[in-house]
Order: sequence, then C-alpha cells, then structure tokens
Amino acid sequence: MRKFLFRVSALVLAISLVIPLLASGEESILDKVKNRGRLICGVNKELPGFGFLGQDGKWKGFDVDYGRAIAAAVLGDPDKVEFRPLKAADRFPALQTGEIDVLIRNTTWTLTRDTDLGADFAPPTFYDGQGFMLRKDLGITSLKELAGATIGVTAGSTTELNLADTTRALGIEVEPIVFEETETLYQSYDQGRCDAVTSDKSQLVSRRQSLKNPDDHVILDVTISKEPLGPVTVHGDNKWNDVVSWVVYATFFAEEHGITQSNVNTFETENPEIKRFLGTDDGTGMGGKLGLPKDWARQVIAAVGNYGEIFERNLTPLGLPRGVNKPWTQGGLLYAIPFR
Amino acid sequence: MLHSEVLYLATPSAFGVLGQVPLDVAYQTHFITNNIAPVYLKPRDLRGVSQRSFDSKNMENNSLTAASGKIPFWRDVRVLGALFQVLFLLGVILLLAILYTNMLRGLDSLGLALNFNFLQDEAGFDISEGISYDPSDTYLKAFWVGVLNTLKVSIIGIVCATLIGLLFGIARLSSNWLIRTIAAAYVECFRNIPLLLQIIFWYTAVVAQLPNVRESISLFGGVFINNRGVYLPSPEPTSSLTIWLWFLSGGLLLAVILYIARWRQLQQLDRPGFRAKWALPAFLIVALCGWFLTPGRPFTLDLPALQGFNYQGGMRFSPEFSALLVGLSIYTSAFIAEIVRSGIQSVVKGQREAARAVGLKEGQTLRLVILPQAVPIIVPPLTSQYLNLAKNSSLAVAIAFPDLVSVGNTMLTQTGQAIPVIAMIMVSYLIMSLTTSAAMNWYNRWITRIGR
Repeated sequence: MRKFLFRVSALVLAISLVIPLLASGEESILDKVKNRGRLICGVNKELPGFGFLGQDGKWKGFDVDYGRAIAAAVLGDPDKVEFRPLKAADRFPALQTGEIDVLIRNTTWTLTRDTDLGADFAPPTFYDGQGFMLRKDLGITSLKELAGATIGVTAGSTTELNLADTTRALGIEVEPIVFEETETLYQSYDQGRCDAVTSDKSQLVSRRQSLKNPDDHVILDVTISKEPLGPVTVHGDNKWNDVVSWVVYATFFAEEHGITQSNVNTFETENPEIKRFLGTDDGTGMGGKLGLPKDWARQVIAAVGNYGEIFERNLTPLGLPRGVNKPWTQGGLLYAIPFR
Repeated sequence: MLHSEVLYLATPSAFGVLGQVPLDVAYQTHFITNNIAPVYLKPRDLRGVSQRSFDSKNMENNSLTAASGKIPFWRDVRVLGALFQVLFLLGVILLLAILYTNMLRGLDSLGLALNFNFLQDEAGFDISEGISYDPSDTYLKAFWVGVLNTLKVSIIGIVCATLIGLLFGIARLSSNWLIRTIAAAYVECFRNIPLLLQIIFWYTAVVAQLPNVRESISLFGGVFINNRGVYLPSPEPTSSLTIWLWFLSGGLLLAVILYIARWRQLQQLDRPGFRAKWALPAFLIVALCGWFLTPGRPFTLDLPALQGFNYQGGMRFSPEFSALLVGLSIYTSAFIAEIVRSGIQSVVKGQREAARAVGLKEGQTLRLVILPQAVPIIVPPLTSQYLNLAKNSSLAVAIAFPDLVSVGNTMLTQTGQAIPVIAMIMVSYLIMSLTTSAAMNWYNRWITRIGR
C-alpha cells in the first residue's frame, strides 16, 4: 500500500517537475538542427518557381533553394533538409509549435506578424507586390471597374487583408471567396467561379502558366501593396535567426562580388572582406561568431549559387523580371550587411 | 482458504457487495489491503470448486465485517475506494494544471499572450456570405458570422437529410422490387464514399460546371442558375403586410380552436384521425381571403437581374453553400435511411399483421401503428446523425464556404492566437451539439410518453 502511494507520488512529482523543464529548455534551434543532422523547412508545394515538387520527386524552387542553402551552411550538405509542404493558414502554427525549424514559404513581413504572431523575419529574399489577374475579354484595366466582381483569394494571407483595405479605400464592393488551398483557388478561377483572382504578382505569374489557356488571362498593371517575402524563424531564438539572416546576406554578398557556384572554390582574392566571407582568413572567422563552420558561406554558394543564380534558375523561366530584386549596386533593393 | 477467497472476489457478482465503487478500484483495494497477488482464473480453474465458495452466507459475512467496522479504517474498502477516487481526481486536476502552465510558459517564450482582447480589434478581412458584415467590424462579429453560417447549413441540412432519409428508409422496405433496389443502391453508394470527396465532387464536378453568368439557365423567368449560384425571386414586404398579418393571426386563432375541437371529438369517438382536418382548411381560407381583401399586395417579388458581373436582387444560394448542403444532406440521409429501416423492422411483425387484421390500410398501418412504435427506437441514433452533420459541416473549408472553422482559420492566421481561436471553435461546436442532443432527448421522452 505504502509502496503504491509512494510510486504514485513519485510519478506525480516527476510529471510536475521534469516535464516543464523539458518544455522550457532554452536550446537554440541551431543546436537542435545540428544534433538532428537535418533541417526541417516549411515550404509551399503549389507554387512553381518558389516551392513545388518536381516530376522527378525532388523539391524545386526559389524558396526551396534557400532551405538547401541553410542546410549547407549549418550541416555542410544541401541535401540534409526535409521539406514540409504547408498551406498558408497552417504555416504560423507549424512554426510556433516547433514542427518546422524555418518557414520559407513566400511569407510577407508585416508588423502584426513580427509581433503578435511570434515570428522573427530574416531579410526579404523577394520584394513583391499584390496584383490582380482576370480574363482578357472582360476588357478591364483599372480596379474601380471591378466593383461587384467576385474575387478569389487564399485564406490566411496578407492578400486577403489588402483586398479588403483596397476595396474600402476605393469605395467599391466585391465578393471575396476565400480558398484554403491555392490549387482549388486557381481551379475555381479557371472554371469561372470568380471573375478575378488576387495574390502576389509573382504567384499570379507562376500560376498563370498552369491555367487552361494562359493567354486568355491578363495581370492588371496595378500593385496594391508591398509584399516583402522572406524566411521566418520562431520569435525569441536570436541565434537561429542570425544564422538564417546571414545565409540570405551571403547570397546577396556573393552576387555583389561576382562569386558564383562555379568559381567559389577557386576564387582568388586579396580583399579581406571576401576572405572573411570565404573563410580563408586566419582564426575562426565569421562562422565562429554565428556558431557555424568557418567555410559556411562557401558551402552556401557551392550548393545553390549566389542570389542572381538562384533567381535565374527558378524565376527567370517563369518570365518574372528581376525588377527591384537586384543588388543595390545596380539600383535594386538587395543590400548585404558588411561581413565584419 | 486463500484460494477460495481470491476466487470469490474475482467473480464479478461479488462486487455488488462493495457498493458504488468502480470495479477496478475494488479489485485494487482488495488485493492491496489483503496482500494477495491477483490470480487470473480461467473457466477450467473453476471446475471442482465447490458451490459453497459462492454462497450468500459467505458474502453476507464479508459485507457485515466491513460495515461493522471491526477492521481499521485504512483497511476498509469503502474508505479506501473513496480515497482512491479523490486521489485520481487530484491527479487529473494536477495533470491539467501542469499542461496549462506548460502551455502558458511555451506561449510566453514565443512572446505571445493568452487572452481574448484581440476579439475587439478590427478584423480587416471580408466574408463572402452571411449576415451583414463589414471588414471594419470586430473579430468577434466575424466569428459570429461564421457561427451563423454553420448553423444555417446545419439546420437546413438536418431538415433535408431527415426528409430524404425517411423517404429512402421507407422505400428500402417497399414491396416493389425497383423502388427497393434503387433505395438500397442509393444508401450503399452514398454512405460508403468519404464525405470530403462527395463535397468536392458536388462543388467542382457539378456546381462549378454550371454555365457562367451570361449563359445562365433561366426557369420560369425568375429563377437563374449559373456557376455563381442559384438565384430565386424573393418576397419583399410592402406597407400592406401588417393588414395581412392581422388576417393571419385571426386565422391562426381560429385554427387552434378548431384543432382542439377536432382533437376532443376524436377522443370522444375514440378512433384515430387527422387532427388538423378542420384547422388546416380554415386557416388557408382565411389567409387566402386576407390576401385578396388587403388593399395592395402584402409582398412584391424581387426578381434577380443581371447587373455588372453578377445577378443582383432576389435570394441567392452560393455555389459553396449549395454544394455543401447537397453533400451533407445526401451523405447523412443515407445513414438516416438505414436507421429508419432498422427502426421499422424492429417493430414486431405481429403488429403489422394485427393492423391489417383490423382493416387498416397500408398507409394507415405505417402512420398509426408502425411509426409510433419505431420512432422511439429511431430517435437516439438519429440524434448522433444530426450531431455528425453539424460537425461535418466543418468540411466547408475545402470549398471556401465561410463557416465557423473557415472564419476561425483566417482569424487564427491573422492574429496568431491559435489557442483562443481553437478553444472558441471547440466551445461553439460543443454548445451546438449539446443543445441538439438535449432537444432530441426531450423529444424522445415526449414521444415515448405519448406512445404510452
């Protein structure tokens, strides 16, 4: 009897003491990824160019390449990454609960998300804006003409909010239809359930290719919002957010300095900053400060190339122009913070 | 001695003596208090044990010793039983408290607060259908729109599913081979395909394939069907509606009086009959006379008309709503049909034969003899189906119908308040289900009382 009671109380004690300790352990995701030997990255699975499963069963896309870049920096192998396809509405809970280490799913950086949603953003990898796609034969050229139209939008996106903001500002009424799955959204649009569909322009360009007759559809020449898309980490893990941010900067830096996938291993330079970048300087280098191997940036470029190469491999075939997504030296917005 | 005592306790009948203590607790306490290891007996072990071990005298002795307090309280099974229940309850409370504090700690480390303050913030997103709502309204209002949309599709769905189910349930028992087979095929087909697939089928393969707005199917000049929905003329009340409403109230009063009079008459005659036989025609005549006597018409018809992108005016059922309603109604009706069939078949055959013997027609037999006896059997499983239908309506997210879950999901992703929003969704479904359940239980008690 006493033995039994003792066991019960021991169990209760164990539950009350040990489990909270386990839950509150302040281990950085960086250490978790290293111990696991594998990065878990949340991506889109329905957006050709950014994140999709290729016909050969391999994940491809701009966002996917950034996932591979982080794996290369941390683990030295771009293939040590597991991609988890996520719907727009599921992505933040997946990040908050620790199901994924990093979210790279064309996610817009906003104030609310940065604060209330428990997310920390790395620098944007793609500067986008929200647009509208509709049938050419409607002959519509401005937003005002969309009054009374039915407009399809993805659930849990900033585009849903921007649409409401814009129609309120214009004083027009539209009927939004909110789809959980991107696939269903474009399928319904193609079938004529909605007059127009609104999303980030890059997504519209990407999805137009998979409509029945891409040439019947036109993307309006208006942009109603700024959509800086970038990787996201969970709030409060600064060490991990630093790693993700600097992997992004590394791709910017490499393009600024003409370091490419093919020349990174043989790059000859006397420039001390580039030496620090490549890890050919003395000491632990920049990698040590981030908790990464010394040659982390070289691994990144060797795995996926610099920003320009990633862009050209994934987005140029879709017909997306580089626009503002150019190095600052060429009048774009990409600006690497000094490697010092 | 030891052997027989273990045997005695291991027989379930003996546990009656231990009063209201759950069996497992009684088992445990006994074995612990008496320091006996549990012995699991197979039937063959019982062979050769004399019946004396089970006799009532033995059992009385045991309970008497326990009650008379000869043994100390820490060996008293009733005290121990209560103690264990209290301990178990404390354990559960402790576990919940740990989970809760853990959750708060986890949220805190993410920099999230657990509260419902966000409900007062401006929602900022639009909702395509439901009660009047504007993006500048609060999250609470948005959630309420979702709740009402869920209620709307659930209630209409329950009514449709019941009617269709009743029809097919009775049809399955038809003496006509063709009707019987069609009903069986219907039931087997629709209850064996996952509901999600059915809903997506109705949405993408049926509703979305309807012609587009400019090529709408037009019926009777006022009904338009296209891939944006089904548009019906809606009655718009005019100023003379109040006059007509007076006629209606008068008619209703008359109908109630006639209904009671007819009921009394039937009771006096002591024979079954249609109680509303007088009331119904009387009410209709008054209503009709009122309609024509009222200056002007109480209602005008608001006809849908093509304006811009869509039809405006009239009543509209969106494709999402229609697909969801059809999917839910048909799926659930297949189960209801089976419940109705089994309920009818559970009424003993003699009842039908007796009804026929006293000269009742087939319809009368069904209405007066079979159904009143079948209904109390049908209602409890029917309740489960109603609850299922309401809960299954959450599959609306698959086809963009802004139900409770869909709106909740949007709220969740916009605010990041996953736990409060999920809790609100769960509580909403719980309230809906418990209310349905209570109403059906009340109906069941009422119907069984009438049956007696």
